Amino acid sequence: MQVSFFINGESKSVEVADENTPLLWVVRDILDLKGTKFGCGKAACGACTLHVDGEAIRSCSYAVKFAKGKQITTIEGLGNEENPHPVQQAWIEEVVPQCGYCQPGFMMATAALLDKIPNPTDEDIDKNIINVCRCATYYRMRKAIHRAAELKTEANPITEIENS
Amino acid sequence: MGKKKISRRKFLVRGGLGTIGILAVGTYLFRSPIRRGIAGAIDGGESLYMGDTSSPIIWFEVTEENTIVLHSPKVEMGQGTFTGLAQMAADELEVSMEQMKVVHANSASGNMDGFATGGSTSVSSLWVPLRELAATMREMIKKEAASKMGISTSEASIVDGIVSGGGKTMRYADAVKDVAEWEVPDTPLLKDSKTYKFIGKPIPRIDLKDKVFGAPIFGMDATMPNMLYGAVVRPTHIGAKFIDADISKAENMPGVIKVVKEKDFVGVVANSQTEAENAKNAIDVEWKVERSWQTADIEAMIEVGKGEPFVIQKEGKSEGILEKADTTIVSEYKSPIGAHAQLEPNGALAFVEADKATIVMSTQVVKLTRDEIADRIGFDADQVNIVPTFLGGGFGRRLHTPNAIQAAVLSKAVGKPVKCFFSRKEEFQNDTFRPPTHHVLKGKLNSEGMIEAMEHNVSSGDVAFGSPMLPGILEPIIGADLGAWRGGMIQYGGIPNYRTISWRKKLPFATSWWRSLGLLANTFAIESFVDELAVAAKKNPVEFRLAQIQEDDKGFRLKEVIKAAAEKSGYTDEVVNGRAMGFAASTDANTPCAQVVEVSIEENEIKVHKVTCVMDPGLAVNPDQVRAQCEGAIIMGMSAAMFEKMDVEDGQLTPTIYGPYEMALMKHAPKEIDVILLQNSDVPGAVGEPPLGPIGAAIANAVFRLTGKRLREMPLKLS
Repeated sequence: MQVSFFINGESKSVEVADENTPLLWVVRDILDLKGTKFGCGKAACGACTLHVDGEAIRSCSYAVKFAKGKQITTIEGLGNEENPHPVQQAWIEEVVPQCGYCQPGFMMATAALLDKIPNPTDEDIDKNIINVCRCATYYRMRKAIHRAAELKTEANPITEIENS
Repeated sequence: MGKKKISRRKFLVRGGLGTIGILAVGTYLFRSPIRRGIAGAIDGGESLYMGDTSSPIIWFEVTEENTIVLHSPKVEMGQGTFTGLAQMAADELEVSMEQMKVVHANSASGNMDGFATGGSTSVSSLWVPLRELAATMREMIKKEAASKMGISTSEASIVDGIVSGGGKTMRYADAVKDVAEWEVPDTPLLKDSKTYKFIGKPIPRIDLKDKVFGAPIFGMDATMPNMLYGAVVRPTHIGAKFIDADISKAENMPGVIKVVKEKDFVGVVANSQTEAENAKNAIDVEWKVERSWQTADIEAMIEVGKGEPFVIQKEGKSEGILEKADTTIVSEYKSPIGAHAQLEPNGALAFVEADKATIVMSTQVVKLTRDEIADRIGFDADQVNIVPTFLGGGFGRRLHTPNAIQAAVLSKAVGKPVKCFFSRKEEFQNDTFRPPTHHVLKGKLNSEGMIEAMEHNVSSGDVAFGSPMLPGILEPIIGADLGAWRGGMIQYGGIPNYRTISWRKKLPFATSWWRSLGLLANTFAIESFVDELAVAAKKNPVEFRLAQIQEDDKGFRLKEVIKAAAEKSGYTDEVVNGRAMGFAASTDANTPCAQVVEVSIEENEIKVHKVTCVMDPGLAVNPDQVRAQCEGAIIMGMSAAMFEKMDVEDGQLTPTIYGPYEMALMKHAPKEIDVILLQNSDVPGAVGEPPLGPIGAAIANAVFRLTGKRLREMPLKLS
């Protein structure tokens, strides 16, 4: 069957044998966007986090049929070297990644958090950033999340109004 | 132009580490032997010939853009090794960091580590050879450039990969063009440390952008044209032997290309990941399981006094003193089975063709994996090319990766590339676990309140023993499992009588290398016990430790980290504002590390607020990345010490998913981690594992000061 959606700003239509196929595999294997990772397949680790209509979702446990007509953003669409998202910029400034495998999921979760809570407290971060990082880069991640909030506010001081 | 002779050089002699091979320009622009060699190996033709066919090793490549590509035989699994190696090479090559690229050397290139990436040795083991290789290459290029420019070598100078002299300049890329063979000079003197431009500097990781923008750099991300998806049925029970499988249903599932039944496993190849998984679930496998193991069975096996003892350390006569005295203090400590839980599951993309195989994967053991695959599919080792990728976590989990064999077998069966990896449940059930341990410690104080005698008995499942990296024939020669007792020796050489005894126990499931090996559990036991003795002696635990360290270089470095940690943290035995401090120190692979934690109890849970970590890894090639290793290892060590535990229920290892396998998350991470690096050695030492040592004991020692309760079992729980 065909499923159509927008991904990273582009309209895409994909053919899948089973509409219950996790969105993760459509993104990775059909659209060849490998930045979104497989970690557990049970929505328990967050490595597969991407955005669907601005919400952070765990795509390993999200059937592609639910993405019909929606806006998907992956790490590749969040920003790029020329125009990094504030979260990516902060991750670079704080030199966060070690092995790096879980980092796209954390950055996507953080980007969604900052859209809702532009200046998160440590408690907001603890409550909302619940992905798993085995290298345990949490200490730098927390610094990077606060830095990303600063960068985002500097870049776009009226974000909150636009979003409301 | 006559061919130049290749001379033998210093680094060819050193432990077979290898040669510089040749230099080459441009993958596409210049058809140099090096590239032909690699391309030939991948395409299945000629093998690389360059001087020594037994070890045709390639390290560097010069590109048309005048960058240097270092083909690293060590894999990057997160420790920043590629960045450190690039800094070391750039300093001797006289190029900028921007001109350095590092890639994984594939096995067919010949630049292969015969052993592994692990043991916190990548930077330290390459410290001399890599710089010598780089310095030699610089001299070769300089000589070539001087010759092409018509100047003498002594007139030539180099800045950023550009050779200048006699009013002329020439880029490395132009100097190395059209040179068929090279004369390799004697190894030049290495730079004086005062002239380092990059070594010792906090250079940002060179893989940072790939990792921040989601580049497809991991084994899981590998693709090939016409790639299919594999899935293998893996055992769910300890000791399960594959007997047979009913594949009739799976064969008719949608998208299935082939179901492959072998003597030891069954797998499926399908058009997509989902179809492969669905078909796999339709296979009915008959397993033979001889016994239904329980946690209690395993705990009963791991008891000091059972198994084979081996004295690994002995000074004086502790046994006589400890047995006789009625003031001997005896304590037992325990640690549980630990899972690796690395985020990227094990897996491989294999393409087995008629006469060659290409395997793209995350592995710490390139050579072993290559040889195992070749053996299974009936190829010569040089017909199998392992193409290592960035690892989505290593931690020792990939020090044996026989899963690649299954991917290769599936690929061979269908004649197409097949990617096959573990589910998370399979990862948890088929891990090569950190073994559980049991420790019995005994100590006696003298009349001055110092330790007169001390003993550490550690019983552990295998770590190094049983690993394919250590041939079984060596076990009786080595005596005790060097992985299991890592960190288990008593580091206070000022104690007059002490002894460490290692008890070996082979468990019915795989136990093996887990980041820092025995260090985590052994340091937890020893440093908690030393704290008990300090309390019994009514002494400050920092001064108590310092007074019993021997006067030698190792002792000096340990004392320095202990003193600095106490000072920087403002260590006190007093509870202040509901927070207590805990102190512990360890020496691992000649890297001493001391940590002080500040904890409180909140809602009956231990909360770690601050960690001060002082470590002396010797020369820190990249201090920022050494700090990053400390920060990560501290939280990973907290995770293991406070939360993680595998159980055995009715023959199955459990839990099998994150969450139920409790781990430290963002909310548990200390808000403050203060890392201070001492560098009391001018060579780089181990970094990735040593900072995992003290944390468990430091937390337990703090909890004791706060509550009066001594926690002697990991994971540390208040009730």
